[in-house]
Amino acid sequence: MTGINIVTGTVAPLDQANIDTDQIIPKQFLTGITRTGYGVNLFHDWRYQNGDKDQVDPDFSLNQPEYKGASILLTRENFGCGSSREHAPWALADFGFNCIIANSFADIFYGNSINNQLLVLTLPNVELDQLFTKVANNPKVVITVTLTAQSVKCEELEFLFDIASHHKTNLLKGLDAIGQTLEHDAQITQFEKARRSWL
Amino acid sequence: MTSTTPSTLYEKVLNAHIVEDLGEDLLLYIDRHLIHEVTTPQAFAGLAEKGRSVRRPDLTFGTMDHSISTRSLALDACGPQNALQLNTLAANCAQHNIQLYPVGHKNQGIVHVIGPQLGLIHPGMTVVCGDSHTATHGAFGALAFGIGTSQVEHVLASQTLKQSRGKSMLINVNGKLGLGVTAKDIILAIIGKIGHAGATGHVIEYAGQAIRDLSMEQRMTVCNMSIEAGAKAGLIAPDDKTIEYIRGREFAPSEAHWDDAVCYWKSLYTDQDAQFDSVVELDAADIEPQVTWGTNPGQVVGIKQHVPQPDSYSDAVVKESANKALKYMGLEAGQAISDISISHVFIGSCTNSRIEDLRAAAKIAALGKVAKGVTAIVVPGSVQVKEQAETEQLDVIFKQSGFEWRLPGCSMCLGMNDDILQPGDRCASTSNRNFEGRQGRGGRTHLVSPEMAAAAAITGKFTDVRTMGEH
Repeated sequence: MTGINIVTGTVAPLDQANIDTDQIIPKQFLTGITRTGYGVNLFHDWRYQNGDKDQVDPDFSLNQPEYKGASILLTRENFGCGSSREHAPWALADFGFNCIIANSFADIFYGNSINNQLLVLTLPNVELDQLFTKVANNPKVVITVTLTAQSVKCEELEFLFDIASHHKTNLLKGLDAIGQTLEHDAQITQFEKARRSWL
Repeated sequence: MTSTTPSTLYEKVLNAHIVEDLGEDLLLYIDRHLIHEVTTPQAFAGLAEKGRSVRRPDLTFGTMDHSISTRSLALDACGPQNALQLNTLAANCAQHNIQLYPVGHKNQGIVHVIGPQLGLIHPGMTVVCGDSHTATHGAFGALAFGIGTSQVEHVLASQTLKQSRGKSMLINVNGKLGLGVTAKDIILAIIGKIGHAGATGHVIEYAGQAIRDLSMEQRMTVCNMSIEAGAKAGLIAPDDKTIEYIRGREFAPSEAHWDDAVCYWKSLYTDQDAQFDSVVELDAADIEPQVTWGTNPGQVVGIKQHVPQPDSYSDAVVKESANKALKYMGLEAGQAISDISISHVFIGSCTNSRIEDLRAAAKIAALGKVAKGVTAIVVPGSVQVKEQAETEQLDVIFKQSGFEWRLPGCSMCLGMNDDILQPGDRCASTSNRNFEGRQGRGGRTHLVSPEMAAAAAITGKFTDVRTMGEH
């Protein structure tokens, strides 16, 4: 995987808290055996008024033409709560999002996103409010996120965000996490030798 | 950390599994890896792409549960996609020499039901599974948490996982539960109190008299829904009940090691003076049977309460969530919970499908017939639970009352098979999530205990189980 540093693009607003992974990708689409092809069913029950996908809900922001092609999703607290399904970040990335800006994320979703090079970052609600206003006033407004600088820029606005340094490094370098761990093979073997006898 | 520093149970288990301290992350050894069909195919494919193997197939156990039929043992009973995924799991397990309990096997069942049932889970273990309800196993004093598929691949390849230290939260449930109030009501009341994201970033330890008084199966129900409060994991210190539960099970420590194991398990408790990042106190006597009214598990009240007024919330986000939930759920603010009629009842899931759950529900089911217009199904958590229930003739009670008696699996908890609600259906469910569409698009889910689900089946609406029969 290659690393990710700068994401610049238009924004899709989803001004709602507690968006769970069942909404992001409903269960009927979890029967795949690959990591690809989930984007068409992202937010399925909100995007489509029926199972045949021939009636889109015009009120849902992702269906509105002005937000087409957005690479950044703007949302609220506890995004990605619920099921651990990694199909959620797979679907978001497959749909075209590279970055999600929220007030907070559920733990498992956050980790899954980092593992899939999806740049997830948090801002306080007062700053999110300003970004939502920007997007409402001009759906084509561009946000630029720079991971090295830990900054979010939108016209005259600039906000800084916190991110744990190991998550930052993993995103920037796009390293093979398993390959890195397997370099510790000797330590793992040593640990195994000392495990309790009944395990 | 020196041995004199007071430690929490979580810290003790965590510290005993550190292969290497990587700074912000710890490389943790994983004692038990449980796998199922939905979150593993991409992990095995990832291994194959890189030419990697499974490091410890002997510590890895698989079952089929999420996408199987509860009416037929045929893998293709729910269509070719489900069959492909199930057959992929079977092929992967065969190729990597992993013990799999497929449909039809005597040990098959919901992953979080069969793990404890087989004695696979011991106090002090680290346990992972590509499923967020892995916290169930915290009932044994194990550090158990759900992971994503990339992490499943990581554990398969290395038997380790990178994790940062979580914050710690102590939840004391003091005093004694009232009659007819269950473990499910405890955990729903906790989530109602701290909120759906109240424990994000935390590992919960449940303690207090009401927790100590619970059986092992009831403790599993509590720990199971830790994720519904946002927690990474939730655990309970082992005691004599824990030890007696494990004794004699297939994967319990052998006789030669038993005393050593028990001695170690008895060291697994939070030291006096150990510090938690936060502490929550509840009085068990205040908890009444709970019913969720909204679309996240924190939107819950007692059976004698009313659907809340969204305007009563000062937080704009909470108010908006409540308004949206009421619209989806087709409820009016101020409506009495006991006036809400239901069309479906689901008794099952990794939260409430064990033998004690079925016994409790059957006791209520025996009091009458399933109300007209209500479809009620009972889905045992495993083949062993099903057989035990049939030995006790619980199936006869359920069937005579008008419930359907099904084959084990996750079933209508998430509806990956054909057990789904239709738009507008309203279900009293013993499962763990009331998210929009969770049990089927447009379906409306109310989370309750097995007793409350059975009571709703008979009366056709939410009914305080304490007013029924011997209660």
